[in-house]
Amino acid sequence: MPVVIVDGQEIEIGADERLNCIEAARRAGVEIPHYCWHPGLSVVASCRMCLIETGQRDAESGKISMVPKLVPGCQTPVRDGTVIVTESEKVKESRARVEEALLIDHPIDCPICDKAGECLLQDYHFQHGQPERRADIQPFHSRKRDVGPTVALFVDRCIMCTRCVRFTREVAGTGELMVSSRGAKEEIDVFPGYPLANKLAGNVVDLCPVGALGDKDFLYQQRVWFLKREANVCGGCSAGCSIYTEHNQDTVYRLKPRENPQVNTWWICDEGRYGWHHLHDEARILAVGRRDAEAGPDRNGDTARRLIPVEWADVVTGLRRDLGAAGRLAVAVSPMLTVEEAWMLCAVARSIDPEAYLALGHVPNAGADETFPGGFTIRGEKCPNRKGVEEVLAVFGAAGHDWHGLLAEVADGRASAAWITAGYPQPWIDEPTAERFTGLSCLVVQDLFETPLAKLATWVLPATGFAERAGTWVNVAHHAQSFRQAIRPPAGVWPEGRLFWNMLGRRGLYDPGSVRRQVAESVPMFAALADELPATGVDLRLRQLA
Amino acid sequence: MTPFKPVLLEAVGVPGGHTLASYRSRGGYAPLEALLRDKQPGDVVEMVKASGLRGRGGAGFSTGLKWTFLPKDHPGPIYLCVNADESEPGTFNNRFLMEDDPHQMLEGTIISSFATRATTAYIYLRYEYPRSWNRLQAAIDECYAAGLLGKNILGSGFSLDIYLHRGAAAYICGEETGLIESLEGKRAWPRIKPPFPAIEGVFRKPTVVNNVETMACVAQIARRGVDWFKSIGVPADPNNPRDPGSYGPKLYCLSGHVEKPGCYEAPLGITLRELVDHFGGGVWKGRRAKAAIPGGISMGLFTEAEFDTPLDFAGPGRVGCLGLGTAAVVVLDETVSIVDFLHNSCRFFAHESCGQCTPCREGTSWSLRMLERIRAGKGRLKDLDLLLELGNTMGMMPGSTICGLADGAAWPIKNAVNKFRGEFEDYIKRTNPEGWMVTEPVPALQIVGAH
Repeated sequence: MPVVIVDGQEIEIGADERLNCIEAARRAGVEIPHYCWHPGLSVVASCRMCLIETGQRDAESGKISMVPKLVPGCQTPVRDGTVIVTESEKVKESRARVEEALLIDHPIDCPICDKAGECLLQDYHFQHGQPERRADIQPFHSRKRDVGPTVALFVDRCIMCTRCVRFTREVAGTGELMVSSRGAKEEIDVFPGYPLANKLAGNVVDLCPVGALGDKDFLYQQRVWFLKREANVCGGCSAGCSIYTEHNQDTVYRLKPRENPQVNTWWICDEGRYGWHHLHDEARILAVGRRDAEAGPDRNGDTARRLIPVEWADVVTGLRRDLGAAGRLAVAVSPMLTVEEAWMLCAVARSIDPEAYLALGHVPNAGADETFPGGFTIRGEKCPNRKGVEEVLAVFGAAGHDWHGLLAEVADGRASAAWITAGYPQPWIDEPTAERFTGLSCLVVQDLFETPLAKLATWVLPATGFAERAGTWVNVAHHAQSFRQAIRPPAGVWPEGRLFWNMLGRRGLYDPGSVRRQVAESVPMFAALADELPATGVDLRLRQLA
Repeated sequence: MTPFKPVLLEAVGVPGGHTLASYRSRGGYAPLEALLRDKQPGDVVEMVKASGLRGRGGAGFSTGLKWTFLPKDHPGPIYLCVNADESEPGTFNNRFLMEDDPHQMLEGTIISSFATRATTAYIYLRYEYPRSWNRLQAAIDECYAAGLLGKNILGSGFSLDIYLHRGAAAYICGEETGLIESLEGKRAWPRIKPPFPAIEGVFRKPTVVNNVETMACVAQIARRGVDWFKSIGVPADPNNPRDPGSYGPKLYCLSGHVEKPGCYEAPLGITLRELVDHFGGGVWKGRRAKAAIPGGISMGLFTEAEFDTPLDFAGPGRVGCLGLGTAAVVVLDETVSIVDFLHNSCRFFAHESCGQCTPCREGTSWSLRMLERIRAGKGRLKDLDLLLELGNTMGMMPGSTICGLADGAAWPIKNAVNKFRGEFEDYIKRTNPEGWMVTEPVPALQIVGAH
């Protein structure tokens, strides 16, 4: 195995690995500071922050010969015997000078900059910078201009790493951003009339190592040091991108991509990035209600449409009672639910009615998948867990049952009660479809927002959004990722899992882990879920082959 | 000095010298015909290697050696680029060659393409040279009409197309890989090396980039022979194993405070004093010289005492300059303030820095700000140390930039401050009697835009 020597420490790398000095040093726990280099973009070696000393150890004599000048770590591949020195005086002086140079034209307006607290320029200045300013003091200015509907550019904060430019050219393939002018006057800009408006545009904000590119959705909303982050999975489509949900006091402020080489590499799409606003939408269904004819007429004299609030403890018994009395049950298992929730829901349904018709809930579809030149794909299927739910259904003998099958069951009168789990952020059912459910003796609807279907329901239950639940989703490529709850749902809302858990008569707090282990034991496809999953998840099919 | 009859500038002053007929009457294209008939590309490479021809663009790298870096038996296309983006301040010899004798460099280009097996050559012409454009395009058209370009040249089976490309009007476009990027239609940001252009150049194909004067020299070597070429110039220094010698005639661009500025041809190794006195008619107005730029502004400065240094590839380096560069000599007379000179130099490089690498982008701009402030009477002695530190740390040699043009920006700073430090200190103390000793940062002056 090739051996690389990082600051005197020998580390082995894979024989086929093509690493640069930054990556090799990282293996040894040594951070080489860098701005322009990004593993997902081409190498330009222009910021010169990663300059290091390198050398080569002769395999036979063991003698080390050093390269006399500094070289960029990003541009220099390592091979067997490569020597990397990251902490010599020469390297430190070089870093200090680059930091000093970058700060000459930087407004240093950290107190009003969104990036402060997670800014590489700040961090590196404290680690590697000069203790005092030697350059002339520049008057403060930080021009701001829009470069697109979601991104604002603070021109003077830019350090010209060109990550954003390379992203739009290499990954998004749209090339809206460019460098204009020359020398210290150069700026990032868009071509006139061509704003930064591609579906991956938000990633340039994550890529920006300083506060030059700001996300207008997040701008001035929260200081980053108040934010807590939870490793989550995006529920926007069946790609299941790994994300961080960044939140404070049960409020989500932004989503960030989480590096996952097997799923989304370093990126997420804007649809996912801004797809958390529904969590805090005021129109959400927050209270449980039951329409009860005996409750008397409402103000308009309409007895059927009146929702009576119910305590959650009474829901557990009330649902079982109402559904049990209604006759044959049809259950839509939403692809927004986790594997654990789907499993418990099926178990609950079968315990109420052993003949219950179980089916995959409505699968929102927005058309064809869209793949970008950099390989990133936005899926047309706008739900995160169709594969997982289908696997669960197969175990319960409901393989192939889908939403249309359930509609037929209901329309043909083969079912007299239905339990529809939904939880879609977008409107998903129209009046004519909902009308088919009118003849049922009991209809339970569990959803985020008011729909034509919810208007007909006997029971209306609130659903929870992606950051409010815990569990496992299986994406379109059979890649399973487990995640924890990032924020608590709004007051008075039980996550679906908690309701099902209680309806199954389980004791204590809802524990997705114990359900997951149980699922893993009984479903061969889910065998890999028995262990704690790595943060990047597992490919279920790989485990099948093994 | 021994009399020398111009060879490269033979056509200057000849009426209609730029035409094909005139060039043929001087013996032009006969060597090409002979060479296409009798020689193999490898023979031509060996010929140029044996001549000791070093690139005339500035770096002085062996031309023949450069050609051998091309991959052997490359299946795809190989490109030849002629760097005619002559934009080093003080330099205008390529312009003479292109305007007065375009066929000479075209013959050199065809021979070089034959040697490197390139079937497409690009001439990247400086944007501001419209006359060169017209003359070159006319000459290329003549060549096509005469069967010297196009398919199956002179029945030899060798084909070549030459495209004249008008440059993007920036100093950085003259940098080898910046030129390549610009030729591809991109912003002229120099590429990181490796891979070098000989492996991956224009359109990611093996590419040779040579200067116009180098091409002219190739034509003359083909016409007059290796021995003629080696009889001119300075042989290798036996004490310096890294010196391959400086052979052949060289075009010196003499300007500044001399009586007769102009482009003169002389053997490599002429001293700067000989050049000024013999060709330039001495310093103008009977004044004394104070300093001179030896080879374009980026090479640094000679003091008057260093005027006896030979202008060959090794000479300027011996007195602390970067090199011979483009052999553009600019003479400063005794009335010139070195502060003004350096300010002007810094302004040029701050304006022309491509802005890719942090040390050059910010260093050139910072040095200009300091010089602006010094000239405004707010200089500090500390600024001289800062200027020197910038000069010493900026460039490809210390490893802090991608291309060598940052070294060129650093050299005038280093040379001016080191060689004329007394004058700088006097100036600062005289103009800023209150604050010359201050070491804290001071408010920056607002610079009037360089555009």
